[in-house]
Amino acid sequence: MPVSSITHATAGPPARTEAAIEASELTKTYGSGATAVPALSGVSFSVPAGTVFGLLGPNGAGKSTTTKILTTLSGADSGTATVAGYDVARQGAQVRHAIGYVPQKPCFDPTATGHENLTLQGRIYGIPIREIRRRAGELLAQFGLADAAGRVAKTWSGGMQRKLDVALALIHRPQVLFLDEPTTGLDPEARADMWAEISELTDADGLTVLLTTHYLEEADNLADRLVIVDRGRVVATGTPEELKAELAGDTVHVQLADPADRERALGAFESVEGVHQVTAEESTLNARVGNGAAVLPKALAALDARDVLLASVTVARPSLDDVYLRHAGRSFRTADQIDSMEAAR
Amino acid sequence: MTTAMMHSLYLTGRSLRILRREPAYLAFTLIQPMVWLLLFSQLFESVTEIPGFGDTSYITYLTPGVIVMNAIMTANWAGTSFIDDMNRGVMDRNLTSPLSRGALINGILSYQAVVTVAQSLIIFGIGLLMGARYDGGVAGVLVVLVASTLLAIFFAALSCAMALLVRSQESLIGMSMFLALPLTFLSSVLMAPELVPGWVDTVASFNPVDWAATASREALAGATDWGVVAGQTGFLVALALLMGWLATRAFRAYQRTV
Repeated sequence: MPVSSITHATAGPPARTEAAIEASELTKTYGSGATAVPALSGVSFSVPAGTVFGLLGPNGAGKSTTTKILTTLSGADSGTATVAGYDVARQGAQVRHAIGYVPQKPCFDPTATGHENLTLQGRIYGIPIREIRRRAGELLAQFGLADAAGRVAKTWSGGMQRKLDVALALIHRPQVLFLDEPTTGLDPEARADMWAEISELTDADGLTVLLTTHYLEEADNLADRLVIVDRGRVVATGTPEELKAELAGDTVHVQLADPADRERALGAFESVEGVHQVTAEESTLNARVGNGAAVLPKALAALDARDVLLASVTVARPSLDDVYLRHAGRSFRTADQIDSMEAAR
Repeated sequence: MTTAMMHSLYLTGRSLRILRREPAYLAFTLIQPMVWLLLFSQLFESVTEIPGFGDTSYITYLTPGVIVMNAIMTANWAGTSFIDDMNRGVMDRNLTSPLSRGALINGILSYQAVVTVAQSLIIFGIGLLMGARYDGGVAGVLVVLVASTLLAIFFAALSCAMALLVRSQESLIGMSMFLALPLTFLSSVLMAPELVPGWVDTVASFNPVDWAATASREALAGATDWGVVAGQTGFLVALALLMGWLATRAFRAYQRTV
């Protein structure tokens, strides 16, 4: 994949590299001494140019910290990273010209119109005004914002405002786009709309997209490749299909009528042939099994023999939740809740 | 023009646009200076009767002082726009764009200068209607505008630096008020230096608010001692530059914690 030239860069050609982003052993700790909070403890990954790359993990896993280091907003304690071939620590100015960044929080100006927002952003990148007008018109049309472009942005819907944030990051045709939790806080319809826009971005200009999300289905839907991050470490890497395929067979989810039966239920499952791994959390059991259809009757018989009452049973192909469960040793939903509670403290 | 200067100009334009689009904020910005002048001129009307005040009318004495005081009061809010930008993603997006930290600070400071000049001219106008006389003429008025703008730049830069460090609207306003009122009262803004206790006069000679008030009053009174004006203005230039530089450095502290 050829890397297009950077018109605004001021010094030095980029180092030859195939990957749009290369992160190696990044570490970062906030604070020091007794109050030190480790955020990253050795994160490495490589993003091929022209792809959507997902950084998936629960709240507080280190996704935003990683993004901030790659966008030069923050510095790593150790480790190296290149973006568009430029070293984030030593060639910050070139990196900033080559990237677009959509932070987790909204960043459009609510008192300015769509056109005014895009014009100011274009001027910051030194783009001639004619070219800004053309490019702004193109982006507003692409994101379905053309009709609202003359109104101040605070009157727009949440979904439209978020699309404006993305359009702002694209005004200078960056090589790499960072999207930090792009659909958090959007209603389901606006989220689906945003997914459609994001999946078209890489087709158009050979753009590379790094997407952080704590929505499993978002990563599954959009990412060509992804890493799962947990507590500052990369616990799994691959395409969503590869990651799910690693978990051979099916998953059986059992909801117990009474959480007190958990140990007995666990024993029952472990006694059944064809069950590879069982984990239990509160009243839920998750079992990875070879062939769901063959194992299920035996498992139900074993549970019945031990007088375990069930609320529900489902058999499913493995999801990214199961992938996360296997690598992080806890379910994604639990981790997300626990870690956001810790973050709030 | 250099890129950094262009960037400052764009950001100043952005701030002016926000001011224009928020009618309540605009009204507050324009009316506040009039209120200061009307309020203080009524409240302290009889101080001229105190022996030793001199024979200038109080409104003539007060007008440059209120211009200086207004410059501080407005500039103290400068950092709040940084906090708004931090609470949204604007600050993070700007810091990952080609905008330099210096341009981000300069944008706010230039905006503050424009607002201060506009407000000062309003106060000059109201003062004139109330009977103030500016014997120093155009040169005197220009010195007042320069001195109050320099003071505004110093306080605006201080406010931006504190905004980057404390990152909370409440703390910022609290700290600003804590500074602004004592510095105003420990100066010749409201009261002739001859009439205040000796220690206040001593403290005032180290107080940038007093530098601006002294330079302004000296230039506006006619029979100006330009050495005094140049000296006080020189201090203000040095202080404004120093604080602007420190504010730019404060981004490091912010970026260490994001």
